[in-house]
Amino acid sequence: MTKNRRFVRALAAMLMMAMIAAACGSSSDTSAAAADSECFTDPGLEAVELASDPASLDGTTITLATHDSFFLSEGTLEAFTAETGITVEQVAVGDAGQLVSQSVLTAGTPTADVLFGIDNSFLCRGLEADLFSPYVSSALSTVADDLQVDPFNRVTPIDFSDVCVNYWNDALPGDEPASLEDLIDPVNAGQFVTENPETSSPGFAFLLATIARFGEDGWEEYWESLVENDVSITAGWSEAYEVEFTAGGGERSIVTSYASSPPAEFLFASQPVDAPPTSVLFDSCFRQIEFAGILAGTEHPEASAALIDFMLSPTYQEDIPLNMFVYPANSEAELPEAFVDFGPLADEPLILDPAEIEANRDDWTERWNAIVLG
Amino acid sequence: MERHRPGLAPTIRSGGGLVLVPAGFLAVFFAWPVAQLLLRGFSDGGFQAFADTLGSSTIRSAAWFTLWQAVASTLLTLIVAAPLTAVLANVSFRGRRLVNALVTVPFVLPTVVVAGAFLATSERVGLTSGPFALRRSVFSIIVAHAFFNVAVVVRTVGSYWSQLSRDDEHASRLLGQSSLSTFFQITLRRLRPSILAAASLVFFFTFTSFGVVLILGGARQRTIETEIFRFAISRTDFATAAVLSVVQLLAVVLLVVINLKLRGRLVSDRLGQRLRPCQTTRGLLATWAVILLTLGLLAIPVASLVEQSLRTGDGYGLANYAALGDRPPFLTVPPGRAIINSLAFGAVAAVIATVAGGWASFGIVYGPRRWSRLLDTAYLLPLGTSAVTLGFGVLITFDTSWYDIRQSWIIIPLTQALIGVPFVTRAVVPVLRAIDPKLREAAASMGASPQKIRRDIDLPIARRALTIGAGFAFAISLGEFGATSFVGRRPDFMTVPLAISRLLSQPGDTIQGQAMALSVILMILTTTVLMAVDRADGSSIL
Repeated sequence: MTKNRRFVRALAAMLMMAMIAAACGSSSDTSAAAADSECFTDPGLEAVELASDPASLDGTTITLATHDSFFLSEGTLEAFTAETGITVEQVAVGDAGQLVSQSVLTAGTPTADVLFGIDNSFLCRGLEADLFSPYVSSALSTVADDLQVDPFNRVTPIDFSDVCVNYWNDALPGDEPASLEDLIDPVNAGQFVTENPETSSPGFAFLLATIARFGEDGWEEYWESLVENDVSITAGWSEAYEVEFTAGGGERSIVTSYASSPPAEFLFASQPVDAPPTSVLFDSCFRQIEFAGILAGTEHPEASAALIDFMLSPTYQEDIPLNMFVYPANSEAELPEAFVDFGPLADEPLILDPAEIEANRDDWTERWNAIVLG
Repeated sequence: MERHRPGLAPTIRSGGGLVLVPAGFLAVFFAWPVAQLLLRGFSDGGFQAFADTLGSSTIRSAAWFTLWQAVASTLLTLIVAAPLTAVLANVSFRGRRLVNALVTVPFVLPTVVVAGAFLATSERVGLTSGPFALRRSVFSIIVAHAFFNVAVVVRTVGSYWSQLSRDDEHASRLLGQSSLSTFFQITLRRLRPSILAAASLVFFFTFTSFGVVLILGGARQRTIETEIFRFAISRTDFATAAVLSVVQLLAVVLLVVINLKLRGRLVSDRLGQRLRPCQTTRGLLATWAVILLTLGLLAIPVASLVEQSLRTGDGYGLANYAALGDRPPFLTVPPGRAIINSLAFGAVAAVIATVAGGWASFGIVYGPRRWSRLLDTAYLLPLGTSAVTLGFGVLITFDTSWYDIRQSWIIIPLTQALIGVPFVTRAVVPVLRAIDPKLREAAASMGASPQKIRRDIDLPIARRALTIGAGFAFAISLGEFGATSFVGRRPDFMTVPLAISRLLSQPGDTIQGQAMALSVILMILTTTVLMAVDRADGSSIL
């Protein structure tokens, strides 16, 4: 008995020692995330400027942190190095949520110089944690105004896409759905599969779409109807699209995916097809914008600014669509054929203010949980 | 109570040096980063976060569910694994090594792949609803956990069992006991330490299981582990995540203490049992029935993977495998390079885990008693710790000056090795303890130093167990996904599980086919590695 007590005490001592060691090791950075939701107020930060002598950056190496879905053709980043002498090392860290969480954790001593992959649904979380230094790229003139969400230019829009409900043309029990209301039509009972907003980014975007469409007062009722119509909820996109949706041999013909999924179905079909087997329900589209920003605390602000400029250049922007299946922010960039033919975007996508998203995120998902999971 | 601890003659016990090194390794790469993250969480939320979190009924029910599904999963695993364990420990037959390797394949497959295979199987066989549904049910979670962990029991208990001398059993049979009562009254008792060791590993895996619960359980089934992820990642609420991590750690510590208490004091035994082929036809039939039945059960989800990997547009073929020869879209490295990466990280992780785990095993058996128990407990903790807690801890700990290893490749095998170490100690400690103390006493009385005894007696005997531990550590690292995805990686460090998960997150049926093909390759690779490990070990019999 005494031995056990001594053992527990020793264990407690070891834990304490580790805690103390940790406390001594950390410089007291207590609150990276201030409680107030002042997302779009003037941060009063000095903007980063391009180097007055670009040649001085020759030989600099900077790190670009991205999510796992980041992908470019070989040679694209090398073109930047050839142009500027700056080498870019890329680091991938999980999905967009992981990327933002870890950046908030390491705010001030960032693992990278530039971050790419924070989207409008997470934007204010990053901005409130003061992750970024402002920078006004001269290439912003090529970017549509509605993509430029942050008035203080702490982040720069790089690409955008629409999260939309897709359906398998030949597998529908009734007519092609034309509106969100059609998903609660009894004819489509048991047909719709979507993702859990707390574990999946398209799942969250679809929840936001319903909130944007039906308003603070109506979205819960809509979800109750979805539940009555036997909606299926998966943890992630893969389980929805590749297992329960027709594409994966599943029994459901309607799924939450992207506006760019039909072109992907066309390009990566195992048998060549004339047109994609899937279509998009444009009434359901929520716009997702991905941004890049210079991480506050970087030792290479000027080289980072040069990279942001490059990310808006045609070389980079035209490489995006077929690698990440999103649309270039630069309106002058040329789109690949499959996108032009089969990947139109919604004319009037659903949107919500990022500050509103951040302020209500936890509340909305709690309420969603109560309705859908009971 | 009088404690009989064979092999612990005072002359052979060593000082603290033996425990300091493995304890230091754990303190630096586990305790420190985790403590950093917990402190960070507390400074965000303070004690209020404790009260809020512990008061929440969702969290309390998640904690309860975590516990009981882990107990149920562990029991089911033990039941499913028992027949095959008995066969592999007692009978020699052709293809034994292959069976040993095949049974381990599920364990090292990435959860994304296995969970996907379960979902696909459930669609195919129609078990999509009802209490035995293979998706969105507690049942599916428990079945998948058993599927993953059968190998842990088969290998841990099997290797211990095959080395037990059969003298006691023979004596019991001679005295007229039936074989059944001999088994229950003698063999089972002697196997208890290894069964408890295996059960505790399975318990930790299922207690902190993430992918299976998330993907198969559906959003309704929540465990502490998935709640940590939800708060840390979806909500960036590190205060709540820290409280949950503390709860998880405390639960794990408590369970380890119970486990250590339960674990019977050990049997001294002679080693070097040689397996014999089964002589009777009935025995032979039973042997193969057990093997085929167990492998058949394990093969169902695996078969659905293979089937999907061979599916091409209009039939079956090798097109998906051929496509891997080129670099498939969305992968930052060609699959060949990802395979080499995985092998390289796995090898380094296995070396780290074997050295740290082997050292720790000697520390546990020979170190000052109090410290040895502490070490035994502490090395299980990484298994009971969320990948989020550990991964984020590492990120905020090794963040400045010379020890900023966040971008270095070494961070990947280091993190993976932490998960591999307990396998090494679980395999080695029982074997070391089972060494006949007379051997050591004889050596000591002839003037051999403790170092010499360890080198010339313990090490050769522990070699098989060390090899098994190393093989497991290697195999785990090959299929490891969670921790690898949490530490930042350069794109050329992409591993096979990361590549599979990347391909799985993209529409287009050729891309899916390639993900499946890569999964099958990972499976074959793992089988080969495990067979090689068994071959490297001389005492293995074909």
